[in-house]
Amino acid sequence: MTATTAMQAPLGDAESVRQRKRGTRRISPGPMFVAPFLVLFLLLFLAPLGYAAYISLFQQRLIGGTTFVGLDNYLTAVKDPLVIHGVLRVARFFVIQVPIMLLLSLLFALALDSGLLRFAKFVRLGIFVPYAVPSVVASLMWGYLYGPDYGPFAQLARGLDLPTPPFLSEGWMLGSLANIVSWEFVGYNMILLFAALRAIPHDLYEAAAVDGAGAWRIAWSIKIPTLRPALMLTLVFSVIGSFQLFNEPQLLNRIAPNVIDSAYTPNYYAYTLAFTGQQVNYAAAVSFLLGLVIVIVSYAVLLTANRRSAL
Amino acid sequence: MNTFFASPPTTRRRLLAGVAGVVSLSLLAACSGSGGTDSAAPAKSTTVSQADIDKAMATPTELTFWTWVPDIAQEVALFEKKYPAIKVKVVNAGQGAPHYTKLRTALTANTGTPDVAQMEFQYIPTFTLTDSLVDLAPYGAAALKDKFVDWTWGQVSGSKGQVWAIPQDTGPMGMLYRQDIFDKYGIAPPKTWDEFAEASRKLHKADPSVYMTNLAANEAAAYHGLLWQAGAKPFATTSKSDVTIDVADEASKKVATYWGGLAKEGVISTDPDFTDGWYAGLNKGKYATWITAAWGPVFLSGLAKSTSGKWRAAPLPQWDASAPASGNWGGSTSAVIKGTKNPIAAAQFAQFLNSDPESAKLFATKQFFFPATKELLADPSYVGLEPEFFGGQKVNQVFADINSTVSPTFAWPPFLDKVTADWIETVGKSLADKTDTAASLDQLQSRLTTYAKAQGFTVQTP
Repeated sequence: MTATTAMQAPLGDAESVRQRKRGTRRISPGPMFVAPFLVLFLLLFLAPLGYAAYISLFQQRLIGGTTFVGLDNYLTAVKDPLVIHGVLRVARFFVIQVPIMLLLSLLFALALDSGLLRFAKFVRLGIFVPYAVPSVVASLMWGYLYGPDYGPFAQLARGLDLPTPPFLSEGWMLGSLANIVSWEFVGYNMILLFAALRAIPHDLYEAAAVDGAGAWRIAWSIKIPTLRPALMLTLVFSVIGSFQLFNEPQLLNRIAPNVIDSAYTPNYYAYTLAFTGQQVNYAAAVSFLLGLVIVIVSYAVLLTANRRSAL
Repeated sequence: MNTFFASPPTTRRRLLAGVAGVVSLSLLAACSGSGGTDSAAPAKSTTVSQADIDKAMATPTELTFWTWVPDIAQEVALFEKKYPAIKVKVVNAGQGAPHYTKLRTALTANTGTPDVAQMEFQYIPTFTLTDSLVDLAPYGAAALKDKFVDWTWGQVSGSKGQVWAIPQDTGPMGMLYRQDIFDKYGIAPPKTWDEFAEASRKLHKADPSVYMTNLAANEAAAYHGLLWQAGAKPFATTSKSDVTIDVADEASKKVATYWGGLAKEGVISTDPDFTDGWYAGLNKGKYATWITAAWGPVFLSGLAKSTSGKWRAAPLPQWDASAPASGNWGGSTSAVIKGTKNPIAAAQFAQFLNSDPESAKLFATKQFFFPATKELLADPSYVGLEPEFFGGQKVNQVFADINSTVSPTFAWPPFLDKVTADWIETVGKSLADKTDTAASLDQLQSRLTTYAKAQGFTVQTP
């Protein structure tokens, strides 16, 4: 290598010509490696997205066929009270559920990382298992647990002569949904945070110990600050998850049809529009609008977090 | 600071360029691929000759048949035995809503549609609206009219004599009740809805954990059966683009006031049906009656085994005891789907499957379907059955008799999914929330009118 470098000055031109020639003959491996991903990404992600954007500009009616309406669907959607209420509801869900879930994940991750827990592996697996349960199954299971007549909580309450907790009532429903979602995702977020904790170099801890820091001080001053990027990741995942809430309300709709209507969350509304109302075009517009809301909220979350860290 | 979301600006620019490219591509693709439903105008009724039929039935053909009926291979085998040249491929595309969603998707894509598909009565107008069903009259289906129960033929017939599907099974509505609970509280099986309401109050007062019945707040289909019984005419279509919506007519108001009143008093329950809680309720005697259809008895005996021998069947309580009436809930047909390359074979299959005496009998004895053919409903070996679950009562006979009281003129809307969803969110919700059910009819009326107008219909309202 050193020889070549030394030779490069006088032979610069000839060398670069040769290299260029080689470049034209051989296909460089970079794009080849990326190609499988790129093809799938284009076909399965960008193409449907583009198609949805396209159809959102039309209106297809049962009588009268398809007409181009420009941005009309979007203008209707921003004024549609069902869209607005749905977005506000998932926003409220996000504000309540996500802090609780992430705090629990963080506590579990720190506890596991502290090495003070007995049966740590078992506990870790136990917390993670709900994530492996499909959300459909989880919702059905919780639906049974919440049951007002024969659910175990209701039976327990009756046995103790207490009023049965109205899990599926209008006032409790959002909390009941938040509980299901937390149950599902605490373990997932915990694993992400735990993995990030394991990556912290141990000499930091040693240095802290030498300075006389205890376990709490280490957690507060070293672990949590270093977890920042991982926490941001889980937070943004949670923004997306909350605003796209669909499976859980859709399944609980079966047992509480009077509380969860088909516009309970924006995603559910889009689904109903497309499949019960045959309003695919409007559904596409609502979906895009929801996507825009998610981008804005994610960006706002990142921005506030970054500003704080700059202070 | 946060390493997870940092991205070099060049990537973003390239990504945007990529997006633009893809969007323009899909624009092209979508432009060339649209259109299709418009071209299918209703075909003129020209009868297909017997020679053509014979030729088609001897030509090797494969038919695709979408259905969710379990073990239907037995009935299909009878057809294949009679016409060895024809092979039928049975596909289960899902039960109920998923089936129709897939069918509609295939129809929109103009590819992958079946030759024959299961179609519940109430969905027929939804699919004739989009010209998705083949008129079977030219294929000899009109001749089958007298084989089938009158009201079922009314359901599958078009206004110009078209036959859109062949009835397979039915669900005339009746009342299953717990003889033991009635005996315990001294209640006689109610003959009228007034008696039913009295009994509801008496029963719930005597035992607050028992309800006379459960009117499921999510079960639009059962409720529409009750509207059917009351003589409501919520929907009518005079031409393709004209729809009459009158969900708050006098009969509908009567039904809504009645059930809304009982729900508000709290003497009936409104639990969603076909859920864990509802199954448990039937097993544990929470509901003293189940207002259901002719398929209910077999369903119930599989579901609430612990209550065997305690149930009996009776006709629905009546609004006017001197003019008994009932409605229908459930049941199915076989329809030939537009776009089939073998309309003759497909039509023959739909007709054979449901009208051949042997095949029809198999449906009644193997799948426990409630028959749609007059012959079977007069067959002593069927209506004479005395199931132990009902204490040896001739349950099939009860429902066979109800059949003649079902009106043949009840009509479904051309956008059933929307009506079902909106019914649950207005009328169903008011039942569950114990609010004014009669008032909820106006909400339903306005929702449906708005929808139909936006969809381009000319809407007639009262």
